[in-house]
Amino acid sequence: MELQHVNVKVSLPSPGGIDPEGFIPVFHGWIQDQVLEELLIDVASYAHVINGPGVVLIGHRADYSIDSTGGRLGLRYNHKAPLSGSNFERFKQSARAALQACRLLEENPQLKGLRFNAGELELFVNDRALAPNTPEIRAACEPELREFFQWLYQPIGFALELEKDPRQRFGARAKAVGAVEIKQLLERLKG
Amino acid sequence: MKASNALWKERLAGKLPEELAREIDIFETEVELRQQGKIEEKLFAETRLRRGVYGQRYDNGQRHDGKKTQSLKYPGGSTKGPNTLWDAPGMQRIKIPAGGLNARQLEVAGELAEEYSDCIVHVTTRQDFQLHFVHIEDTPVVMRRLASVGITTREACGNSVRNVTSCPYAGVCQDETFDVTPYARALSKFLLGHPDCQSFGRKFKPAFSGCKQHACGLVNMHDLGAIAVTSRENGTEARGFELYVGGGLGPIPHEAKLLDPFLPPEELLPMAQAIARVFARLGEKKNRNRARIKFLVKDLGIDKFRDLVLEERKAMPGDPRWTAFLEELDRHEEKPLRPPGQIPPAAGSEKYQRWLKTNIRPQRQEGYAVATVALPLGDITANQLRALADIVRRFTRDTIRSTVEQNFALRWISMADLPELHRALDAAGLGEPGACNLVDIVACPGTDTCKLGISSSRGLAGELRSRLATKSFQLDEAVQNLHIKISGCFNSCGQHHLADLGFYGVSRTINNYKVPHFQVVLGGEWENNAGSYGMSMFAIPSKNIPEAVDRLTEKYVRERQPQEKFKDFIKRIGRAAVKSLLDDLTGLPAYQTNPSYYSDWGDPREYTTSDIGAGECAGEVVPQVVFDLGAAEREAFEAQVLLEKGEVQKAGQMGYQAMVHAAKALVRNEFQDIPEDFERIVNEFRARFHDTQKFNDPFVGGKFAHYLFAAHKRDGAPFTLEQAQHTIEEAQLFIEASHGCYNRMVAPKAP
Ligand code: SF4
Repeated sequence: MELQHVNVKVSLPSPGGIDPEGFIPVFHGWIQDQVLEELLIDVASYAHVINGPGVVLIGHRADYSIDSTGGRLGLRYNHKAPLSGSNFERFKQSARAALQACRLLEENPQLKGLRFNAGELELFVNDRALAPNTPEIRAACEPELREFFQWLYQPIGFALELEKDPRQRFGARAKAVGAVEIKQLLERLKG
Repeated sequence: MKASNALWKERLAGKLPEELAREIDIFETEVELRQQGKIEEKLFAETRLRRGVYGQRYDNGQRHDGKKTQSLKYPGGSTKGPNTLWDAPGMQRIKIPAGGLNARQLEVAGELAEEYSDCIVHVTTRQDFQLHFVHIEDTPVVMRRLASVGITTREACGNSVRNVTSCPYAGVCQDETFDVTPYARALSKFLLGHPDCQSFGRKFKPAFSGCKQHACGLVNMHDLGAIAVTSRENGTEARGFELYVGGGLGPIPHEAKLLDPFLPPEELLPMAQAIARVFARLGEKKNRNRARIKFLVKDLGIDKFRDLVLEERKAMPGDPRWTAFLEELDRHEEKPLRPPGQIPPAAGSEKYQRWLKTNIRPQRQEGYAVATVALPLGDITANQLRALADIVRRFTRDTIRSTVEQNFALRWISMADLPELHRALDAAGLGEPGACNLVDIVACPGTDTCKLGISSSRGLAGELRSRLATKSFQLDEAVQNLHIKISGCFNSCGQHHLADLGFYGVSRTINNYKVPHFQVVLGGEWENNAGSYGMSMFAIPSKNIPEAVDRLTEKYVRERQPQEKFKDFIKRIGRAAVKSLLDDLTGLPAYQTNPSYYSDWGDPREYTTSDIGAGECAGEVVPQVVFDLGAAEREAFEAQVLLEKGEVQKAGQMGYQAMVHAAKALVRNEFQDIPEDFERIVNEFRARFHDTQKFNDPFVGGKFAHYLFAAHKRDGAPFTLEQAQHTIEEAQLFIEASHGCYNRMVAPKAP
């Protein structure tokens, strides 16, 4: 089964609270300085909506957002354009893009002290026709998700929780069983 | 853009209402034809607008990043309208007649927001939904998925009849004369795609209200407005409408004029049709700034306009739909799910108590209430829509309405259920108090997404909202009930003219810097169906508006007379007093001292007006005949596709049909009510265009007309492959000749 429009969300622990509006100037800066090698268009703020998409950097092929959907804050990468290759390659591409964005944000002086948790990732398919969230699809695709996270989080292992609500999009949350650095994962995702 | 577009088409085949499915297939073909350069860009722009597919800021490929203008290098080279790049994201507007929705429709809207937009559904000031950042190639599937739950986007934008709005409390309001919902729905259905509404110079917005005194229908600011009234004759009460025409906001607001003080229900549809015909015939077409019906009414005067409408009404051929809907008025009546009850005494948190005070409105039906779900800036997430759908199913008989204040109204809630309802709403982040009062600020999209935006209306609304939310319940009650409305420019989509405190975006150049400002408009009347418009004062830098709001509200609390409304207060104290109160706020510090004044709320880029583009509110004025010829061309294209698939008979027939429809396009230009009868069309064409030699090509004379006559003469005889091929080729030539004929007809005569 071909899984397109892969989204990856990297958890952002916020014990002291994080103001999503603080990301607005940073994302504008990314457009100004053409920080990413892709067409970035604009920044949309929905910080006024509870548990919503937060602040979204709109791109042509993909969007990046500081998202708190489901009450879980994180950086979400939404790949909009179809991609060739295998599902595994598409998982890799989205994870790489999401983690690269996290690293850039962590390095930004305007966001001092920001630390993403690379050991907690959500991956879901933003397309209900390609991957309706049914027991059959979950059964068919779980091995591919496991294979990907196995590879990504080797050798420490992970726990996987599939999204079971049929109204939500097909996907899962993976938690590494030990500490993981963004740098480490990016190194692995390089190839 | 989406990999699953073909899959959805296949999956929903045969599952959509036939008419909607056909319309969407046609639009999809038009998208394809435009990509191939086979439809002219202006025609395609108006075509997509009439499907609710709207342009968005920066779609000309230029964006100022705060330092310089960057060119946005989209991959595709095509355009979807003048100066509008194919791949640039756009907005999809979704029509919600009378704001009426069910749970499944909420869920689907949420799914579309997640999969094609940015996870947000935006509720507009005309009860519509909007999705932003949608790719043009995904729009046919968005439309199909909406059609699968009975929603159309047809005529949501463009020079057409827009969403028919109505009070969200219709049917349950304590003060209404009668429930206007079935009438609003009937008008919406009747005018949708109506041939008499296809050649307006601008948009046409109808609204209904159940009473005169409240604001819910805003009839006074609409192109066509109907207020429910009754009259007594021979001891029996008869229903009717006060019918208004020619209201509108925009840069110069016009109050609607009374066309008929008592229009019986059976005359509602034909009268609206007659008005549409007069507007289509006499309304301005070239100068879009004077093309709304309000200008026609003003220029002619209401009495002359009325005479013309009545004359038109008399001449119109009858239509059974005019009265058919009256037999099923009861079908729209909503019923409760749960038994009536009383509010459980003294239960719940302080937030719940405040919510009860501001968001709950008792119904006319004892034991029931309407609960308003306040949406910040009209925005709601997909998860919230799903939660709301669950609430709709749990507490009502599957109905909810969107409101012109960018909220939702849950009706028929048993009073006994209110604590439970609030818990469910609050769990979804939808239990905020303050609906329809000071914090519930209405704002248009402004510079966030609108091409015409001058200042950030949503940015300012967000700022005011968060400042006022913390203190609104300590404020004087008179202030709590004020309305703030903000537009990003003078076009007034945020309805600032009707607010106690209204603002619209303007810019000023100060010390060689552009500075975002808002023009202050005070004392508009929201009640009495938008009874009167506010007084325009002067412009204040955006960053000083919150302070201006504080000062104005404080002065009102301090100095108002007992029971004095804000509008009367402003009138009494006058412009001079307002000026002296706010005068120091009109200035601003030098850039070097405080550069924050030189960027807008919610947007840290240094402010510029260079991103303002040409608006699509009006679209291009494309004459009906050009649309009809475009449709005939599409049929000729479809005929070719059928031939390629080996469907010879269908292909030949479609080629012939394309010719007849091109002939009809020309005939209709002279004879509005030409029926869909091929024999009649061909005869009318022969008499009006062939025999008069109007159709004759300057070089080959009447040759092309004979293609039509020959094809018509076949009288259903089967086609060979060669005959079908010829018919399609002849159809293409005939359509070309029809374009030529029309161009000659409209070309300026040599002096
Ligand atoms: S008022 Fe102006 S900025 Fe706001 S939506 Fe209308 S045209 Fe755009």
